[in-house]
Amino acid sequence: MAAVITRAEAPLFTGSEWDFPMIQRIYDAVERIALGELELEVYPNQIEVISAEQMLDAYSSTGMPLFYKHWSFGKQFVANEMLYRKGLRGLAYELVINSDPCISYIMQENSATMQTLVIAHAAFGHNHFFRNNYAFRQWTDAEGILPYLDFARNFIAACEERHGQQAVERVLDCAHALMHQGVHRHPRVRARDLAAEAAREAERERYRETIYDDLWRTLPTGPAAPLVQADERRRALNLPQENVLYFLEKTGPRLEPWQREILRIVRLIAQYFYPQRQTKVMNEGCATWCHYRIMTRLHETGQITDGAFLEFLQSHTGVVLQPNYDEPHFSGFNPYALGFGIMQDMARICTDPTEEDREWFPDFAGKGDVIGVLKDAWANYRDESFIAQFLSPRLIRHWRLFQVLDQEDASELEVAAIHDERGYRRIRRALARDHDLGRQEPDIQIVDVDLAGDRALVLEHLVGDGILLDQGDTRSVLQSLADLWGYEVRLHELDARDRRPLRTHTLKPRPLSA
Amino acid sequence: MHIIDRRLNPGGKSLVNRQRFLRRARSAVQQAVRRSLSERSITDVDKEGQVTIPHEGIGEPTLRRSASGGNRERIFPGNQDFLEGDRIKRPQGGAGGGGSQAGEGDGEDGFRFVLSREEFLELFLDDLELPDLAKRKLTGEESFTLRRAGFTTAGSPANLSVPRTMQRALSRRIALQRPGRAELERVEAEIARLEALPPGERKRGELEALIAERERLLRRRALVAFIDPVDLRYRRFAPTPRPTAQAVMFCLMDVSGSMNEHMKDLAKRFFALLHLFLTRSYRTVELVFIHHTDRAAEVDEDTFFHSTVTGGTLVSTALEEMLSVVSARYNPEDWNIYVAQASDGDNLARDNEKTIAMLRERILPLCQYYAYIEVGSDTAALAAIPGMGPSDLWAAYEDVAAACPHFAMRKVHHRREIYPVLHELFRKRGLAEGAGA
Repeated sequence: MAAVITRAEAPLFTGSEWDFPMIQRIYDAVERIALGELELEVYPNQIEVISAEQMLDAYSSTGMPLFYKHWSFGKQFVANEMLYRKGLRGLAYELVINSDPCISYIMQENSATMQTLVIAHAAFGHNHFFRNNYAFRQWTDAEGILPYLDFARNFIAACEERHGQQAVERVLDCAHALMHQGVHRHPRVRARDLAAEAAREAERERYRETIYDDLWRTLPTGPAAPLVQADERRRALNLPQENVLYFLEKTGPRLEPWQREILRIVRLIAQYFYPQRQTKVMNEGCATWCHYRIMTRLHETGQITDGAFLEFLQSHTGVVLQPNYDEPHFSGFNPYALGFGIMQDMARICTDPTEEDREWFPDFAGKGDVIGVLKDAWANYRDESFIAQFLSPRLIRHWRLFQVLDQEDASELEVAAIHDERGYRRIRRALARDHDLGRQEPDIQIVDVDLAGDRALVLEHLVGDGILLDQGDTRSVLQSLADLWGYEVRLHELDARDRRPLRTHTLKPRPLSA
Repeated sequence: MHIIDRRLNPGGKSLVNRQRFLRRARSAVQQAVRRSLSERSITDVDKEGQVTIPHEGIGEPTLRRSASGGNRERIFPGNQDFLEGDRIKRPQGGAGGGGSQAGEGDGEDGFRFVLSREEFLELFLDDLELPDLAKRKLTGEESFTLRRAGFTTAGSPANLSVPRTMQRALSRRIALQRPGRAELERVEAEIARLEALPPGERKRGELEALIAERERLLRRRALVAFIDPVDLRYRRFAPTPRPTAQAVMFCLMDVSGSMNEHMKDLAKRFFALLHLFLTRSYRTVELVFIHHTDRAAEVDEDTFFHSTVTGGTLVSTALEEMLSVVSARYNPEDWNIYVAQASDGDNLARDNEKTIAMLRERILPLCQYYAYIEVGSDTAALAAIPGMGPSDLWAAYEDVAAACPHFAMRKVHHRREIYPVLHELFRKRGLAEGAGA
């Protein structure tokens, strides 16, 4: 960091009390560093001070300031409330919403140091990531989300009024069960403008109708006809389709218009959150790295006291703690630790590389442009590609990572790789795959509809590594799907290599309005 | 940048969702409430508390990969001594690589959360099939009565306090020197006297001065009203909590072997409900538990509900024990005494006479209310078995009930039959107007 250290005359605050003018001063100081030194590009900020109770409320509606009503949020609420009341779990210091302006909630119980940390973390770290990462730019509409949620809430309330709470809840339950199957994973249909999308979809539908000609049906068909018919049918139905909710919304034969709209709402919200699930490590890493750098600079320039800096460090080290696999509170990788660790390491490689780093990261080792390299990574990667690209051998040694293979037919587990020359790439690849949503979630597609017969919906699950679907949950979800579809649903689990059938689930529909 | 203070925004955004969740989980929660009641002490029935319900019905299923089977590879941090190619024993119970994560959530046996006092009571009372009105009385705030509390300047005409208003009018009239009737009459008499005199004898100007004086007096009387709106005072009534006193509730129960768990559960519900009602009417309600076989003893609640003592059945021993407790600790002058007795109806035949005599002569005069419930097994309700007449105790008590209005008795086979037993009590106390309608 080439910035000149000029010490401030007096720290921004002493003690832990805060007030609104102080928040403004803190914000200005943080902003000077974030925009001036780190060159972050952020949405305009809106900082809202809330109480612990309001934080609990926000928690249970997926962090959004407004949301439609559903019992599952109530369930979350009572669970969170109990944990919080019994002191088993503290509340987050902040919540940040990917919207324009970017809304950050900060809690009134936070000390002045924590407010500084939270502003640096959320209002600048997350905010920059939301605005610049490609996944968010591609899939979310920061400007439109709050109006859309408002529309969704009112629409669902109106439906409840007209069709009864039970009926709406039933559709929502079914839709929630399929939420993870309600996202487009590839940018085939772009959801850039939520308002105009429906219009474009209607236009497409009209076009499809104009080019459809019934005459083709009357042409004499050769011996290959059945196969061709199936292909034609699939094409007409846009199959195969991995976005189950989208397919139901567009094609479901027995859905009322309002039910389609509800499916659409759930689907679009799932799509809005999809980038967050893809970039957990990067998003938190980015925010943590930014707050760490900003707080350090505030301390260097004398704008926060030593005491405040120590308070910050204590909280920060708690956040980026990565327990070992054999420690009791180990529960997988801590995205904060992983993201922050890799980014710190990248900064080190930029400024102070070893021979090994030069060999592994010839593109940026020793180039010195920390901010440029990190901003490029923040903008153009998601968790999987980020780890695959930037996890360094040094970090693998630091965390002493090792890979364990669990083969179904073996009686014991096998350590496949450790932190040595032979293991680095294997570990890096495996850790990246571990953070690939596409591999973590089952690969399920709608492949066909039996239009000639009983209209059964046929789905396929391609099983890559022998891991079948969880039986109990799958039955309930497929039941929901059958209810929405209105006819039988069949899910074939096939071996991905030779399409050998492993298991088949078949479910009959129940009436949706009971 | 904007900073917005949202702290004053109304909270409780999640209230609707919470209610919907409870409604959805209602049957499960009700089960849980029922279960937790057996763990709770009678006095804690109306406290908020934690309940655990099973995941069924409130689960949110997703299409996810099974936690077991298949070929997996996992990365872990913190390698101490593994080398490539090492073989590790599969951890017990946990499938997948490390086990600690694979079964996340499975270890919990249910979904736990806290019910507020109102919610708990509502579910508890619902289970008893109480009429709504009685429920509202129970769950609602303390009942209030109106008490005189000084005076106020505004109110309804019916509450006008005439003495106070007149007092204030008087003092105002004195302070503002409103001429009284006597003064006016004196001037008028003087004027009349002067006018009666021949004009020559009058002093000059005297009459004119008097007339002017009378004018002044009259004007002043018109200006200073006899009763002004500022004088008005109304009686003020402030709502104050209903006057409460102390009560003691005796729980008597037969614990001989013939009382099974179902019967004890019914008895406990009955006691809990009675206690609940009493706590609404009295500020302090003390509980005394007396169990008996052919001997009786005062015990704590836990022993009362959970211990089994073998022996015969002599009801009179329990009554004697109760009387001795009363004379030792609860002077009937100071305490309202309630007795609730639960039994399966067994009593030694020779004891009945003594029991009834004690009841009639010594106990019923002491107490506000004596409730006897005869608990039966669930199946007995379905078929009142012919040939099986009423139990000995029941037959004996029937005479008492006919004679004494504050002695109530009921047979209870099922939870929902508990409330009617108390029904009469509340009607008498004016607490449940129309509750049975």
